[in-house]
Amino acid sequence: MTLDTFGGYWSPLVWLLAFIVTFLIGYIIWGLGEKRHKTGEQLKPFISGLAEPSKKDVHIQGGNVYWGFTESLKEYYKYATKMHTGILNDYILWFIGIAAIFFLVIILPGVL
Amino acid sequence: MIDTLLTHAPILIIAAPLLTAFILPLIDKVSTKGRNILALCAVVFTLILVVMLAQDVIENGIRIYTLGGENAHMALPSGYHVPVRITLVVDALSAFMVIISSLISFVGLLYSFAHVKGEGTGKFYTLFLLMLVGMLGMEMTGDLFNLFVFLEILSISSAALVAFYIRKGQPIEASIKFIIISSLAALFVLFATGLLYGEYNLLNMGALASEINSQTGGLTLVSQFAFILLLASFSLKAGSAPMHMWLPDTYGEAPGAISMFLVAGTQASLYALLRVIFTIYNTALDTSIIGGLLIILGLVSIFIGVTMALIQIDLKRLIGYAAVAEVGYILLAVGVGFFELAQGELSEYGLKALQGGIFHIFNDVLDIGLLFLVAGAIIYLTKETNLNKLGGLARSMKYSSFFFLIGLVAVAGLPPLNGFASKILIYEAIYKVSPLLSIIAILASIFMLAIFVKIFYSVFMGPQLPSLSNIPKTPLLMLTSMAILSGIMIFFGLFPDYIVDHLVTPAVNALVDNFTYITSITGGI
Repeated sequence: MTLDTFGGYWSPLVWLLAFIVTFLIGYIIWGLGEKRHKTGEQLKPFISGLAEPSKKDVHIQGGNVYWGFTESLKEYYKYATKMHTGILNDYILWFIGIAAIFFLVIILPGVL
Repeated sequence: MIDTLLTHAPILIIAAPLLTAFILPLIDKVSTKGRNILALCAVVFTLILVVMLAQDVIENGIRIYTLGGENAHMALPSGYHVPVRITLVVDALSAFMVIISSLISFVGLLYSFAHVKGEGTGKFYTLFLLMLVGMLGMEMTGDLFNLFVFLEILSISSAALVAFYIRKGQPIEASIKFIIISSLAALFVLFATGLLYGEYNLLNMGALASEINSQTGGLTLVSQFAFILLLASFSLKAGSAPMHMWLPDTYGEAPGAISMFLVAGTQASLYALLRVIFTIYNTALDTSIIGGLLIILGLVSIFIGVTMALIQIDLKRLIGYAAVAEVGYILLAVGVGFFELAQGELSEYGLKALQGGIFHIFNDVLDIGLLFLVAGAIIYLTKETNLNKLGGLARSMKYSSFFFLIGLVAVAGLPPLNGFASKILIYEAIYKVSPLLSIIAILASIFMLAIFVKIFYSVFMGPQLPSLSNIPKTPLLMLTSMAILSGIMIFFGLFPDYIVDHLVTPAVNALVDNFTYITSITGGI
């Protein structure tokens, strides 16, 4: 179960043992915690006495996750999304362009 | 009996699904159950033959199968000096690839039994088996012209399957894009084949490699030009950025099992690229320039793949972009390996890079394939692909959410699953070339984790949405397919040394050692 890598080795067995030990320590700490916790009424959110919004309204949608990250990189994304036009002619143009770059890099140095 | 099967295994592996593909529509008229059983038998038979052949090839070396000759194992029958007949050549790398294709076809077929319903399903299985034939043929053929033929079979059947479910015209648009892009790539391959045939009067890859590598004074202009056409075409078909745009379009619209099968198809193109670079041209090329180009393609694919995946709101398009990034890892590792292949001798880290890259081919198909299967199940049950309209599905799709979690951990390269095992080989080996490459590769994996945590959160976690509260149960065959892939991924993750020693290292040795490939065909001419 040990894979030799270039700089050392990777042993899933050691990792699993470490994971199990860490999990057990965490579980023991969790077990020592508050015992008075109850389920039911206690779990309902309290929003200063206001009515709880519907589940649909409080759901954070996939498109909202990492909004800050994409907003800070909006200049890059402006270019990157423009590059993905969805138009087949553009796809072919990229292909021809890359083939031309290959030509310049591989053949031209030998010819010149 | 076993010996006869093994002797004719290379052609039987192609013939069994090919013949069954054309019998299926007839059986479909009589019994759909019979059709399914026959398709399953063909795929299982192929898988068994593949495993037998792979074991034999890894133990005893390359196996050649010549069609039409007096002896199937003679590459040069009838006193010819050069191989002129159709030849199938199975070395450890081919064996590695056909294992992937046949295994994925088995899993995909089981999944499709539950997923594909309604009219025209008979044709679905015919096209499915033809897709398998295309892949297997590409991975076992010994000559360039048949590589083109099998590439066409793969492309045409894939395009038809991408458009199998017609929703608002989008699958048809994706299919048209796919077939035009594939035809363009295939025409470039045909043009390159013609150029090489004109230059050397040869189509056989082993014989071509012998001629090209024995040339004094470097490569001719024509063979360099042919190489560029092959490099560009197979890079396009492998989904390398910035020629990747067709890939998320296609993967995003295909049925779940076909998206997974398409991943195996792109790996077949990647295999063809490796064959051209390492076997046919090898050190006749400037290894530093070609290695450098592959590294750049890999980095660009990783960067564009992960950053574009982050902003997607369509579930399957997102996984499609992640697949682009995964191809980038393979290209990066292979590029470093080729970069190091200066004098035909690989340094230790070059070897490790290639091991990581080849291992990652298998892992990529498994990881991305599993994610596509889960995504297919979600779409099948909810009829929804928009991440903004999905949520809380862990309550009604417990097992699928667990399988998605396994796929997430694997594709993000987290221990102890298979993705980590191949990625750590890549990270450590490429560090030797440049620490910056390792840093970029690791950062991209962190991005990948972030991306799939986003999907996991938005699809499976959170409150149960009222619109998704009454979805039916996931069909058992779909769950079985996911469980098979998950089981293999866990096995690969826990016993990476076994896979590397018994499958990956022989494949890497076969890739690097083109002399053995050449002499097995030409006998050293």
